[in-house]
Amino acid sequence: MALFSKIIAKLRGGSVTASDWDDLRISLIEADLGATLSDELIAIAKNNKSESVEMAMRGALVGALTKSSREIAQATSRPTTILVVGVNGTGKTTSVAKLMSALTMRGSSVVVAAADTFRAAAIEQLQTWGERIGVPVVAGKFQGDPASVVFDAAKRASDDGVDYLIVDTAGRLHTKSNLMDELSKIRRVLEKAGGVDEVLLVVDATTGQNGIIQARHFTESVGVTGLILTKMDGSAKGGIALAIERESGLPIKFIGTGEGADDFAAFDPDLYISGLIGSE
Amino acid sequence: MFDSLSAKFSSALTSLRSRGRIKAGDIDEIVAEIRTALIESDVALAVADSFTATIKELSLGSLEQINKSTNPANGIFEIVNSELVKILGGETRRIRMAKKAPTVIMLVGLQGAGKTSLAGKLALYLKNQGNTPLLVASDLQRPNAVNQLQQVGASVGIPVFAPEPGNGVGDPVKVAQAGRKFAEDKLHNFVIVDTAGRLGVDEELMSQASRIRDAVKPDEILFVVDAMLGQDAVRTASSFLEGVGFDGVVLTKLDGDARGGAALSIVSLTGRPIMFAATGEKPSDFDLFHPDRMASRILGLGDVATLAEQAKAAFDPDLSKKFEEKYAAGDDFTLIDFLSQLQAMKKMGSMTKMLGMLPGMNSGAMKKQLDNFDEGDLVKTEAIIQSMTPAERHDVKILNGMRRARIAKGSGRAVSEVNNLVDRFTTAQKMMRQMRKGGGLPAGMPAMPGMPALPKTNKALPPKKKSKSGNPAKRAAEQG
Repeated sequence: MALFSKIIAKLRGGSVTASDWDDLRISLIEADLGATLSDELIAIAKNNKSESVEMAMRGALVGALTKSSREIAQATSRPTTILVVGVNGTGKTTSVAKLMSALTMRGSSVVVAAADTFRAAAIEQLQTWGERIGVPVVAGKFQGDPASVVFDAAKRASDDGVDYLIVDTAGRLHTKSNLMDELSKIRRVLEKAGGVDEVLLVVDATTGQNGIIQARHFTESVGVTGLILTKMDGSAKGGIALAIERESGLPIKFIGTGEGADDFAAFDPDLYISGLIGSE
Repeated sequence: MFDSLSAKFSSALTSLRSRGRIKAGDIDEIVAEIRTALIESDVALAVADSFTATIKELSLGSLEQINKSTNPANGIFEIVNSELVKILGGETRRIRMAKKAPTVIMLVGLQGAGKTSLAGKLALYLKNQGNTPLLVASDLQRPNAVNQLQQVGASVGIPVFAPEPGNGVGDPVKVAQAGRKFAEDKLHNFVIVDTAGRLGVDEELMSQASRIRDAVKPDEILFVVDAMLGQDAVRTASSFLEGVGFDGVVLTKLDGDARGGAALSIVSLTGRPIMFAATGEKPSDFDLFHPDRMASRILGLGDVATLAEQAKAAFDPDLSKKFEEKYAAGDDFTLIDFLSQLQAMKKMGSMTKMLGMLPGMNSGAMKKQLDNFDEGDLVKTEAIIQSMTPAERHDVKILNGMRRARIAKGSGRAVSEVNNLVDRFTTAQKMMRQMRKGGGLPAGMPAMPGMPALPKTNKALPPKKKSKSGNPAKRAAEQG
């Protein structure tokens, strides 16, 4: 985003030309905001004549973010239940590990359900994390029924009276309706066991415009309540998350920034927008 | 695959069809539409610009020529098609074999691109061609990556060289090197090295990858790319190109509705072709990438070549021959033939995928119907036929109410479904008889283009598909 910084610097200097706005537009598109949203936001920024260009652009980007809470919704009389979903390879299992680490550090007790029974070694991957962090992982058989794993885990969580139940699910492309039905079933099992408080969709920062469609489909199937934006330690700016927030109103709740259990943070809008526009 | 791109291209070019003579202004309009479609599909701006500029230049340059032909829109179509083939990499590129075995293939890419799953798919692909691949577990970073590769290997029956447990333990360079040595000793003719996923910006891991490269001297380094990648693809690809270098691109997760534009950018900006594409969760959902076929798909022309190949692979030549002889001898087409062909069709894989390869199937309303296609339809039909006695299969005319009720009960379907099947089969049978008499398909029935490579009798398939299908998508496909 060095390009963007250059443009901002130039815009700050005074004379702003049409081609400067064009360059700005290119930068937004290259951050994966999408052509339509980029145009919209630039139009808003252009209209704001009272502030510097950078502040106007920041304002437009902040305006695209949702006002919804970015905190985890809490259950009162039973374990707070968090269902983690997403397409393949976005970093669901790693995010679950980070989430359990963060919650454990806060002093909460956690049970995790390894409901990704599809991908080879996904169960072991989560178990390895569970041992490292010291969180019990309820697992079933490889290629088994994920809903039954979830059922067992929900029972264990409520028997043990823990604070949180986190459910890791198999990655699935949102276009596979049978797999999406399986996910709805997992949700129903959790609802019967008490309820679901958060359904977090894991979105990879490198994802392109397909992310919007992913969010739409997952919301239809399991009622997504928020996003985890992963792989923010690379060169991708994760502009797609803003596009999703704008489209669906789903708040980005957490950011993943590496492979360690602690490379995880609550979403900070200012920091994120600074990243998008390349000003520190 | 590239669906939304395909839909937009098709609609842009279809609107051109309705215009007759093409004016320079029309071309501007089309080019602008194509440019938007590309950008919305995650194609890098620079690539979208140069692609559309070329199309515009070529179209304007030959406009006079094009307008002389009876269908000017086709001229533009051709230009777009050939440029699309070019941007997709031109020729189909196959694996370069080492002069002295083993041929070493190294997989690199971002985390989550799908390297480990792909390693298994590639290995199975090579094995099916009579090779003896060995998988080498050099991803010692991600928790249980080694374990995952072992399970993947076991599921496709490919040996996995994994001397280190992974999870941060072991030296991936040494493992890769030892893996190569192991393959030489045990006479494996292919080695596939799975490496840890890494970010383009991670210099340490990049240099580790280049040390693995120097240690095993791969014949091909394949860059594994998620089809859903956004604009960052270009930056990532160029840092991999500088950091490790790669010879070809493998696209994963092409079975979603990803627009795949990032892949176009990578090919266009790095000059490295897309060699393979993974199109599903099954180990066999993997094939060579054919730029010309993909271009056809994007333009809504379908991919009949792949369809024909799959048909050829799935059809038992003996069965076809038997059917041909029967047919020549003047025997009637019966439910027995129908069933055996149904089973052959099932072997070809997912109906939805196959139908998606037919021209025009990937746009608009057709696409929606295709998405709703019930794969279970085939199974139900099969169950109904299997609940019939041989005599009934031989001659459906004997099917009275009682028999139909029994069949319905036996197959767990409603009597109306049995009736439906019988009706549709009877229509098909009539058509077959007509074909024998008149030769060729009756009017209104599409022949399957690109299928002549198959035994003649297989031409009979489309009408039969129609005959048994109550599915509107399938019917629509067959009516063209």
